[in-house]
Amino acid sequence: MLLVVEQILNGLQFGLLLFLLAAGLTLVFGIMDLVNLAHGSLYMMGAYFAATFVAWTGNFLLGALLALGATLVLGIVLEFTTLRHLYGRDHLDHVLATFGLILFFNEAVRLIWGPAGLALQLPDWLTVPVPILPGIHYPAYRLAIIAVALLVALLLYLGVMRTRVGMLIRAGASNREMIGALGINIKLLYTLVFGLGAALAGLAGLMQAPILTVQIGMGENILILAFVVIVIGGIGSIRGAFLAAILVGLIDTLGRAFLPNLLRQILSSAAASTAAPALSSMLIYLLMAIVLVVRPEGLFPAARR
Amino acid sequence: MKTQLNAGTVVTVLAVAGLLALPLYSALSGNIFVLTLFTRIVILALAAASLNLIMGYGGMMSFGHAAYLGIGGYAVGILAQEGIGSGFIQFPVALSASALFALVIGALSLRTRGVYFIMITLAFAQMAYYVASGLARYGGDDGLTIYKRSDFSGLINLSNRAQFYYFCLALLLATVFLIWRIVNSRFGMVVRGLRSNEQRMQAIGFPAKRYQLVCFVIAGTLCGLAGALLANNTDFVSPAVMYWTRSGDLMVMVILGGMGTLFGPVIGAVVYLLLEELLSQITEYWALIMGPLLLLIVLFGRGGIMGVLGRLSRG
Repeated sequence: MLLVVEQILNGLQFGLLLFLLAAGLTLVFGIMDLVNLAHGSLYMMGAYFAATFVAWTGNFLLGALLALGATLVLGIVLEFTTLRHLYGRDHLDHVLATFGLILFFNEAVRLIWGPAGLALQLPDWLTVPVPILPGIHYPAYRLAIIAVALLVALLLYLGVMRTRVGMLIRAGASNREMIGALGINIKLLYTLVFGLGAALAGLAGLMQAPILTVQIGMGENILILAFVVIVIGGIGSIRGAFLAAILVGLIDTLGRAFLPNLLRQILSSAAASTAAPALSSMLIYLLMAIVLVVRPEGLFPAARR
Repeated sequence: MKTQLNAGTVVTVLAVAGLLALPLYSALSGNIFVLTLFTRIVILALAAASLNLIMGYGGMMSFGHAAYLGIGGYAVGILAQEGIGSGFIQFPVALSASALFALVIGALSLRTRGVYFIMITLAFAQMAYYVASGLARYGGDDGLTIYKRSDFSGLINLSNRAQFYYFCLALLLATVFLIWRIVNSRFGMVVRGLRSNEQRMQAIGFPAKRYQLVCFVIAGTLCGLAGALLANNTDFVSPAVMYWTRSGDLMVMVILGGMGTLFGPVIGAVVYLLLEELLSQITEYWALIMGPLLLLIVLFGRGGIMGVLGRLSRG
């Protein structure tokens, strides 16, 4: 029981983190029609910035805020210098160009921070276990991640659905020529959206940093997961990304936690312990393949264009 | 398809001549390393050429092509581990396993298109990657060492560097020839037509998916061949050959050389891998240069090397 609650919370936390990444990815994809493989690099940069700034300022919150700002600026610079030249090009060009960016970022990180990973220490007040149910404790930091991510999701929803900028973003997604013709500075809007996506990726990276080691290539694995999320959720749909992210987070976490025991009841112990990790890693890809075959437009597609 | 004397043709002829003469250079200069390097290049050029068949001619953007490298490699590795050393068994198994995999994932993936196709092929390759990581009996994550190369009962000795190199080169040239025959056949015309306008082709009455699937399977099978060769070249196979960045590498080679051109992927593979090798000799941080270089190629080098050469010779 204790384990189940804990794993469900872990899954939720991981799913929300995936949502932060997937939201930026799906915005950029849905609005600029840009496949950005380098999104994972922004996530990695967020984590590295956080590790550096926290060590530098000695204050976790201040460091995190600085890291967030730095990722935002990095995203805007990236959009301004390179990615805006890729809008309207073939998706394949996007894949190739942003693949090049991944190489660049990984190497730049190795040059600046060295090949060894960094660790990000949490302040004491975030490490205490918090009682959530009678007899069940859960780390404060993971609860904080859940809270922050939910808050961001809410703000994002309100921002996109209820504000003027959000309206322009949605309008830009459905018809970019028309919104340009109506006198909206579409280039600025795109830069803004990309910066927002970068900041979200950075936020995910810096929040994940204390849990995992900050290391080169940390963005690639999770990027693929974020892509899986937006494909399952329906490309361009933030609501879809949210639901799919939580689904993927839960399936992945619960699969890893409970599949070995489940398999052990069917297979021999040795066979189960070798098959389970591979099978649980495959689960979400399997889910995506099934979704794509049955409902190619995703489970919760954005409104028809 | 026309063979006119332009810069692209000249470069192609020079490249093939260079590849043919390489063992001579290696023997004269005593530089063995260059032969090992180029064996790898030739094998990956074969893989890139097979990807070009579906990507360049068929318009199917597969982001999971490295899966076949792994499947071909593991077929060789697993059979060798189980004591079946004959290449006459290993290679056919490698090819049929790849073909079967391509048939299954192709049948499912071709129900989607565009970015979804890119993503679903990626997902299947990742699944293959995790399956290989879970093969505890065959090394799991750490990979599988192959102690004895495929045995072709005295016909060809794969442990002899020069023989192995020529074996790979011959297979590469045969593959390119095969692709040339395919794309200029009626079948190839249909597949190319489907890339240009699928609706129209369907309206004429061609069963689009069936043609694309056959093309997809041919490409997968050819890449499986490259996988079997690669495993022999490194005496080792691990899940890492199937990782998605390897699929990315293959795509880069194709696009760098020139998508939808016959020899483009070969040139692309040679240039990409040589560049990687040279840059890594200059600096440890070679990707710092390689990354932006790719970006520049995308931004300014439409049609890859072959495209640029073609424009050059037209003035």
